[in-house]
Amino acid sequence: MLESLLQVIGWVLVGIGLLAMFVGSLGLIRLPDFYTRSHAASMVDTTGIILLLLGLVFLIGFSQAGLKLLVGVIFVILSNPVAIHALARAAFRAGLRPLLGEVADRKHRKLEDKE
Amino acid sequence: MVTLLTVSIVLLVGIILMPFYRVVVGPTVFDRLLAIGAMGAKIIGLIVLFGLLYDRVDMFIDIALAYAVLNFIAGIAVAKYFHKPSERRSRDA
Repeated sequence: MLESLLQVIGWVLVGIGLLAMFVGSLGLIRLPDFYTRSHAASMVDTTGIILLLLGLVFLIGFSQAGLKLLVGVIFVILSNPVAIHALARAAFRAGLRPLLGEVADRKHRKLEDKE
Repeated sequence: MVTLLTVSIVLLVGIILMPFYRVVVGPTVFDRLLAIGAMGAKIIGLIVLFGLLYDRVDMFIDIALAYAVLNFIAGIAVAKYFHKPSERRSRDA
Protein backbone atom coordinates (compact mmCIF):
# COMPACT_ATOMS: atom_id res chain seq x y z
CA MET A 1 0.00 0.00 0.00
CA LEU A 2 2.67 2.50 1.07
CA GLU A 3 4.88 1.36 -1.81
CA SER A 4 2.21 2.03 -4.41
CA LEU A 5 1.39 5.39 -2.79
CA LEU A 6 5.06 6.40 -3.09
CA GLN A 7 5.03 5.27 -6.73
CA VAL A 8 1.94 7.36 -7.48
CA ILE A 9 3.45 10.45 -5.80
CA GLY A 10 6.68 9.90 -7.73
CA TRP A 11 5.01 9.58 -11.12
CA VAL A 12 2.81 12.63 -10.47
CA LEU A 13 5.90 14.69 -9.60
CA VAL A 14 7.69 13.41 -12.73
CA GLY A 15 4.67 14.39 -14.84
CA ILE A 16 4.48 17.90 -13.38
CA GLY A 17 8.24 18.27 -13.86
CA LEU A 18 7.99 17.23 -17.52
CA LEU A 19 5.17 19.76 -18.01
CA ALA A 20 7.26 22.55 -16.43
CA MET A 21 10.27 21.61 -18.59
CA PHE A 22 8.05 21.69 -21.68
CA VAL A 23 6.86 25.20 -20.77
CA GLY A 24 10.48 26.27 -20.22
CA SER A 25 11.58 24.91 -23.61
CA LEU A 26 8.62 26.61 -25.28
CA GLY A 27 9.62 29.88 -23.61
CA LEU A 28 13.19 29.41 -24.85
CA ILE A 29 11.86 29.18 -28.40
CA ARG A 30 9.06 31.74 -28.32
CA LEU A 31 10.20 34.65 -26.15
CA PRO A 32 11.52 37.76 -27.94
CA ASP A 33 15.01 38.52 -26.56
CA PHE A 34 17.90 37.03 -24.61
CA TYR A 35 16.92 38.30 -21.17
CA THR A 36 13.34 37.04 -21.30
CA ARG A 37 14.66 33.71 -22.60
CA SER A 38 17.13 33.48 -19.72
CA HIS A 39 14.17 34.07 -17.39
CA ALA A 40 12.39 31.06 -18.92
CA ALA A 41 15.53 28.91 -18.81
CA SER A 42 16.43 29.74 -15.21
CA MET A 43 13.10 29.74 -13.36
CA VAL A 44 10.79 27.35 -15.19
CA ASP A 45 13.46 24.84 -16.19
CA THR A 46 14.93 24.70 -12.69
CA THR A 47 11.47 24.06 -11.26
CA GLY A 48 10.96 21.27 -13.78
CA ILE A 49 14.29 19.60 -13.01
CA ILE A 50 13.69 19.84 -9.24
CA LEU A 51 10.25 18.24 -9.55
CA LEU A 52 11.49 15.51 -11.92
CA LEU A 53 14.41 14.55 -9.68
CA LEU A 54 12.24 14.63 -6.52
CA GLY A 55 9.77 12.33 -8.25
CA LEU A 56 12.65 9.99 -9.12
CA VAL A 57 13.74 10.07 -5.45
CA PHE A 58 10.25 8.84 -4.53
CA LEU A 59 10.47 6.11 -7.20
CA ILE A 60 13.94 4.91 -6.14
CA GLY A 61 13.06 4.92 -2.44
CA PHE A 62 15.08 6.42 0.39
CA SER A 63 18.20 4.32 -0.02
CA GLN A 64 21.77 5.44 -0.62
CA ALA A 65 21.00 6.16 -4.27
CA GLY A 66 17.95 8.23 -3.32
CA LEU A 67 19.95 10.32 -0.86
CA LYS A 68 22.64 10.88 -3.49
CA LEU A 69 19.96 12.06 -5.89
CA LEU A 70 18.69 14.42 -3.16
CA VAL A 71 22.19 15.93 -3.03
CA GLY A 72 21.94 16.30 -6.80
CA VAL A 73 18.63 18.16 -6.40
CA ILE A 74 20.24 20.59 -3.95
CA PHE A 75 23.17 21.09 -6.32
CA VAL A 76 20.85 21.84 -9.25
CA ILE A 77 18.90 24.34 -7.10
CA LEU A 78 22.15 26.12 -6.29
CA SER A 79 24.01 25.88 -9.59
CA ASN A 80 21.52 26.32 -12.45
CA PRO A 81 20.28 29.87 -11.62
CA VAL A 82 23.83 30.94 -10.75
CA ALA A 83 25.19 29.79 -14.11
CA ILE A 84 22.40 31.50 -16.05
CA HIS A 85 22.74 34.69 -13.99
CA ALA A 86 26.48 34.74 -14.70
CA LEU A 87 25.77 34.33 -18.42
CA ALA A 88 23.17 37.14 -18.40
CA ARG A 89 25.57 39.42 -16.53
CA ALA A 90 28.33 38.64 -19.02
CA ALA A 91 25.95 39.39 -21.88
CA PHE A 92 25.06 42.76 -20.36
CA ARG A 93 28.74 43.58 -19.83
CA ALA A 94 29.50 42.56 -23.43
CA GLY A 95 27.02 45.16 -24.66
CA LEU A 96 23.81 43.23 -25.33
CA ARG A 97 20.86 45.44 -24.35
CA PRO A 98 17.34 44.29 -23.41
CA LEU A 99 14.68 44.64 -26.08
CA LEU A 100 12.51 46.62 -23.70
CA GLY A 101 15.15 49.35 -23.59
CA GLU A 102 15.06 49.78 -27.38
CA VAL A 103 11.26 49.82 -27.47
CA ALA A 104 11.16 52.34 -24.65
CA ASP A 105 13.76 54.50 -26.42
CA ARG A 106 11.80 54.46 -29.67
CA LYS A 107 8.63 55.49 -27.86
CA HIS A 108 10.48 58.28 -26.12
CA ARG A 109 11.90 59.55 -29.43
CA LYS A 110 8.42 59.50 -30.99
CA LEU A 111 7.08 61.56 -28.10
CA GLU A 112 9.92 64.04 -28.54
CA ASP A 113 9.21 64.34 -32.27
CA LYS A 114 5.60 65.21 -31.60
CA GLU A 115 6.49 68.10 -29.34
CA MET B 1 6.71 0.77 -14.71
CA VAL B 2 8.77 0.13 -17.83
CA THR B 3 6.06 1.53 -20.09
CA LEU B 4 5.76 4.72 -18.02
CA LEU B 5 9.57 5.04 -17.96
CA THR B 6 9.78 4.65 -21.74
CA VAL B 7 7.01 7.20 -22.27
CA SER B 8 8.68 9.76 -19.98
CA ILE B 9 12.07 9.17 -21.65
CA VAL B 10 10.56 9.77 -25.10
CA LEU B 11 8.79 12.93 -23.87
CA LEU B 12 11.97 14.20 -22.20
CA VAL B 13 14.03 13.61 -25.35
CA GLY B 14 11.46 15.65 -27.28
CA ILE B 15 11.67 18.43 -24.68
CA ILE B 16 15.48 18.36 -24.82
CA LEU B 17 15.47 18.66 -28.60
CA MET B 18 13.20 21.76 -28.55
CA PRO B 19 15.89 24.33 -27.50
CA PHE B 20 18.08 23.02 -30.34
CA TYR B 21 16.11 25.39 -32.56
CA ARG B 22 17.55 28.25 -30.48
CA VAL B 23 21.07 26.81 -30.81
CA VAL B 24 20.80 26.77 -34.62
CA VAL B 25 18.86 30.03 -35.17
CA GLY B 26 19.67 32.12 -32.07
CA PRO B 27 20.55 35.68 -33.11
CA THR B 28 23.39 36.14 -30.59
CA VAL B 29 26.00 33.77 -29.22
CA PHE B 30 24.47 34.16 -25.73
CA ASP B 31 21.17 32.67 -26.93
CA ARG B 32 23.04 29.62 -28.20
CA LEU B 33 24.94 29.23 -24.91
CA LEU B 34 21.74 29.61 -22.90
CA ALA B 35 20.00 26.92 -24.95
CA ILE B 36 23.01 24.57 -24.61
CA GLY B 37 22.95 25.09 -20.83
CA ALA B 38 19.22 24.39 -20.64
CA MET B 39 19.65 21.20 -22.68
CA GLY B 40 22.51 20.05 -20.43
CA ALA B 41 20.47 20.68 -17.28
CA LYS B 42 17.63 18.53 -18.61
CA ILE B 43 19.99 15.73 -19.61
CA ILE B 44 20.68 15.17 -15.86
CA GLY B 45 17.08 13.97 -15.48
CA LEU B 46 17.38 11.87 -18.64
CA ILE B 47 20.45 10.04 -17.31
CA VAL B 48 18.67 9.12 -14.05
CA LEU B 49 15.63 7.92 -16.01
CA PHE B 50 17.91 5.69 -18.09
CA GLY B 51 19.38 4.36 -14.86
CA LEU B 52 15.91 3.33 -13.69
CA LEU B 53 15.21 1.72 -17.07
CA TYR B 54 18.43 -0.33 -17.01
CA ASP B 55 18.03 -1.13 -13.27
CA ARG B 56 21.53 0.22 -12.46
CA VAL B 57 20.40 3.40 -10.76
CA ASP B 58 23.31 3.80 -8.31
CA MET B 59 25.89 3.93 -11.12
CA PHE B 60 23.88 6.28 -13.33
CA ILE B 61 23.29 8.74 -10.45
CA ASP B 62 27.06 9.20 -10.10
CA ILE B 63 27.27 9.92 -13.83
CA ALA B 64 24.39 12.40 -13.53
CA LEU B 65 26.08 14.24 -10.63
CA ALA B 66 29.35 14.48 -12.59
CA TYR B 67 27.38 15.78 -15.57
CA ALA B 68 25.70 18.43 -13.41
CA VAL B 69 29.06 19.65 -12.07
CA LEU B 70 30.56 19.77 -15.59
CA ASN B 71 27.56 21.69 -16.92
CA PHE B 72 27.87 24.26 -14.12
CA ILE B 73 31.61 24.71 -14.60
CA ALA B 74 31.20 25.09 -18.38
CA GLY B 75 28.58 27.80 -17.89
CA ILE B 76 30.69 29.72 -15.36
CA ALA B 77 33.82 29.47 -17.53
CA VAL B 78 32.06 30.77 -20.63
CA ALA B 79 30.47 33.60 -18.61
CA LYS B 80 33.91 34.58 -17.30
CA TYR B 81 35.31 34.55 -20.86
CA PHE B 82 32.58 36.90 -22.09
CA HIS B 83 32.82 39.16 -19.07
CA LYS B 84 35.30 41.51 -20.77
CA PRO B 85 34.23 43.87 -23.58
CA SER B 86 34.96 42.48 -27.04
CA GLU B 87 37.90 44.79 -27.98
CA ARG B 88 39.89 43.78 -24.95
CA ARG B 89 39.02 40.12 -25.55
CA SER B 90 40.36 40.19 -29.10
CA ARG B 91 43.52 42.03 -28.00
CA ASP B 92 44.26 39.43 -25.33
CA ALA B 93 43.57 36.44 -27.53
